[in-house]
Amino acid sequence: MIHVENLTKYFNDLCAVDQITFDIQKGEILGLLGPNGAGKTTFLRMLTGYLAPTLGTIRVKDYIIDEHLLEIKKLLGYLPESAPLYHDMLAYDYLNYIADVRELRSEQKLSRIRRLADLCGLNEVMHQPIGELSKGYKQRVGLAHAMMSDPEILVLDEPTSGLDPNQIVEIREIIKKIGKKKTIIISTHILSEAEAACDRIIIINRGRIVADGSTEAIKQTASGEYLVNISLQSADSKSVERELSSIEGVVDIGFSNGEENILGVRLTCKSSADIRGEIYRRIKQTDWILLEFHQERRSLENIFRRLTQEN
Amino acid sequence: MRKASHIFKKEFKSYFVSPIAYIVISIFLLVTGWFFFTPFFLFNQANLRNFFALLPVVFSFVVPAVTMRLFSEELSVGSYEVLLTMPVTIFDIVMGKFLASVVFMVAMLMPTLAYPITVSLLGQLDWGPVVGGYMGAVLLGGAFSAIGLFVSSLTRNQIIAFIAGMAICFGLTLIDKMLFFLPQSLLGILGYLGADYHFQNISKGIVDSRDILYFLSVCFVGLYGTHLAMQEKR
Repeated sequence: MIHVENLTKYFNDLCAVDQITFDIQKGEILGLLGPNGAGKTTFLRMLTGYLAPTLGTIRVKDYIIDEHLLEIKKLLGYLPESAPLYHDMLAYDYLNYIADVRELRSEQKLSRIRRLADLCGLNEVMHQPIGELSKGYKQRVGLAHAMMSDPEILVLDEPTSGLDPNQIVEIREIIKKIGKKKTIIISTHILSEAEAACDRIIIINRGRIVADGSTEAIKQTASGEYLVNISLQSADSKSVERELSSIEGVVDIGFSNGEENILGVRLTCKSSADIRGEIYRRIKQTDWILLEFHQERRSLENIFRRLTQEN
Repeated sequence: MRKASHIFKKEFKSYFVSPIAYIVISIFLLVTGWFFFTPFFLFNQANLRNFFALLPVVFSFVVPAVTMRLFSEELSVGSYEVLLTMPVTIFDIVMGKFLASVVFMVAMLMPTLAYPITVSLLGQLDWGPVVGGYMGAVLLGGAFSAIGLFVSSLTRNQIIAFIAGMAICFGLTLIDKMLFFLPQSLLGILGYLGADYHFQNISKGIVDSRDILYFLSVCFVGLYGTHLAMQEKR
């Protein structure tokens, strides 16, 4: 669907995006992660035609961005960061204007605006000036704007930034709802968001791709380890250490004392082997009481920090 | 061009949503009305020569005030990004905004039609120079709009856009009155650059292709400059 090759963007001497190459498949929900200033927004701005690449190309379907910019813009719906809109226009007038520019037929227009107002929960603010709306509503107007022409590709730049938790959940719901049929690219620096909504994640740091894959794949390849948390009653740390650290694949073992007589055990294991069965068998042989047992993947946060703080 | 018309509609409407249009139109009518009618009865002549003599100077203040927000506001609010990522070409955007400004100028001139009508009731008015004058006013408004639009595309600060636009328009208006300061060899060229010189020709009722060509070329240069400035921003 989208093919990005050797994409580079310089602002004077500053290299914002550095030779990025990747493909996005049809129907994929792609999360673009990275710290502030990593080049996420610059990349999205090049994809949407706002900025011209210094080097490299973007191909959307069969269109090349240098030659068929207008056709590509027609395929894309774009919600810019912090949804900058015309503050003195009414929400309805704004959407109507967008519908005109997107060349919706006049008989289609009203029903489309109604549907989007329902989908984005805009009905009660349609006749208010955009400048007077709260941030959450502005964001929703921006989302309705992006979806106006029912585009095949949706590009959302930090769609949930500055929203309260309820609004974040609502926007996420909307994205999930529409994501079933469309290719969506979301940029964010909120990791849980990417984890919750995206099929695939690309982590960018200093203009370069440092990780690319599904959340699970990134977690596994990036860490090589996973954690097992166990809570045991009537066990002492010494015997537990003796018993469990002899299992092959256990890298490290840590203890924490919770309530009285309950011992928290934290095992770090190599991700090459699943040793949960073996741990259970060992515990069964003793007279410890097993209260809790769960596996924990290395969180995306850790991986993100490691990948983006290197060098 | 269909897309340019959508942008035109939006821009034109937004003038009248904000108080800008009403303020600018009232000031324009007050200033021109006052300066036209105060000496009118002293001269005791049924013509609009005074009105048209004044117009280039008034326009050099009023037109930049109308055009200053066209790009500067979008640049400072950030809606410029929305504008450029919509399926429209830069040409559509420039034309839409330019037309909005020109049509606004026409709307602003409409109420002044009361002057020739009043005058024609008071005496024998020669309509030729009046028609020529209004034609020239639209051309002048167009040329100044193009300049204002260009300046507005260069800065995100509306005040700078206004002052710089005003300075250029005012300079073009006054240049042929400053000629005695300049060396003899430059007189011809610089005299030709004067907007007032060409406007006064038309407003005498003489429609010369050279004058029309002058205004159209100023429009072209301004709009092309805007186009280049926008392309440079990518």
